[in-house]
Amino acid sequence: MSATYYFAIVGTNDSPLYEAEFGIQRDENKYLNQFIVHAALDLVDDAQFTNNACFLKTVDRYNDWNVSAYVTPSNIRLMLLFESKADEVVRAFFMECHELYLKTLMNPFYEPNTPIQSLAFDSKVHALAKKHLLL
Amino acid sequence: MSLSSSSSAQVQSLLRLDTRASKRSNTLLEQSVARPRRDKVSLSAFAFIFGEIIRYSQNRVLGIQDLESKLNDLGKRVGVRVFELTMWREKTVHRESRVLQTLVFINTVVWRALFDKQADSLERSTESEDEYMITDNEPAVLKYISVPKEMSSFSPGAFISGIVEAIAECCLCPARVTSHVVPADGLPLRTVILLKFDKEVMEREKRLEAGK
Repeated sequence: MSATYYFAIVGTNDSPLYEAEFGIQRDENKYLNQFIVHAALDLVDDAQFTNNACFLKTVDRYNDWNVSAYVTPSNIRLMLLFESKADEVVRAFFMECHELYLKTLMNPFYEPNTPIQSLAFDSKVHALAKKHLLL
Repeated sequence: MSLSSSSSAQVQSLLRLDTRASKRSNTLLEQSVARPRRDKVSLSAFAFIFGEIIRYSQNRVLGIQDLESKLNDLGKRVGVRVFELTMWREKTVHRESRVLQTLVFINTVVWRALFDKQADSLERSTESEDEYMITDNEPAVLKYISVPKEMSSFSPGAFISGIVEAIAECCLCPARVTSHVVPADGLPLRTVILLKFDKEVMEREKRLEAGK
């Protein structure tokens, strides 16, 4: 029962701002994760205009992976690749990541749509993942 | 050779300073995002810094259009952050993606968050379908900026129009936003923010309306 998750923050021009992997990793999946998330972005775009909520639940399925998306008000996509997890748990994780992103954005030296390189952000996201996803 | 080694030593010392600073950078991610109790900034302090911003930009541009676009860029940087923060502090975090709802949101919530009042009117232009106008009878930001007669076509409301342009872009309705000073009786500073939405936005609106 190895639960692995892949989390990505995608900017408005579809380039990744932050990527992280949680849980036990199997080496051959690294590039596949990026492909799956990138393909799911189209489905997120479709759902964006009809749904006013931030949390779009599972937008795509690939074999046994689910892709879940959360769109922030300024059109930044938070994507999570997971095998099976309750909606509520994923929603709570996304909301806390949104808050972290908001605080990063408040930094006047952070240019929006550029990669997030702060080590503190990285450690906080991993702590959140441990708290919500890897129980 | 000696020159390059001394510069690399400088770079090394700068890098060491950088890592020292990053040990304290946790504090940004630990600050609270809720509305603080004292969330008002003194107008005189803001007018002071805004006047200085305009003077600083004036020294670096050649012409009124450049000055307006520089202020517009500054407004854009503010707009993204203000919008995200205001949305987070709303009762339910949601997104806007339709033109009319975005405009109403800017008119009420954003204006209240920035200037403590609602914008005075929201109108749709009768000549072209894709133009909307937000009017502010006395923008606090411009109260202490005086424009000389030879630059009468310059509107310092370009800063506000930058904020609105960033918000429109976040809500997936990109627009060209400009600001014009339209004095009316008793209101010499009355500013009109004109939004001209892109063609794709209007087409998408028509499709969504028809789809309903």
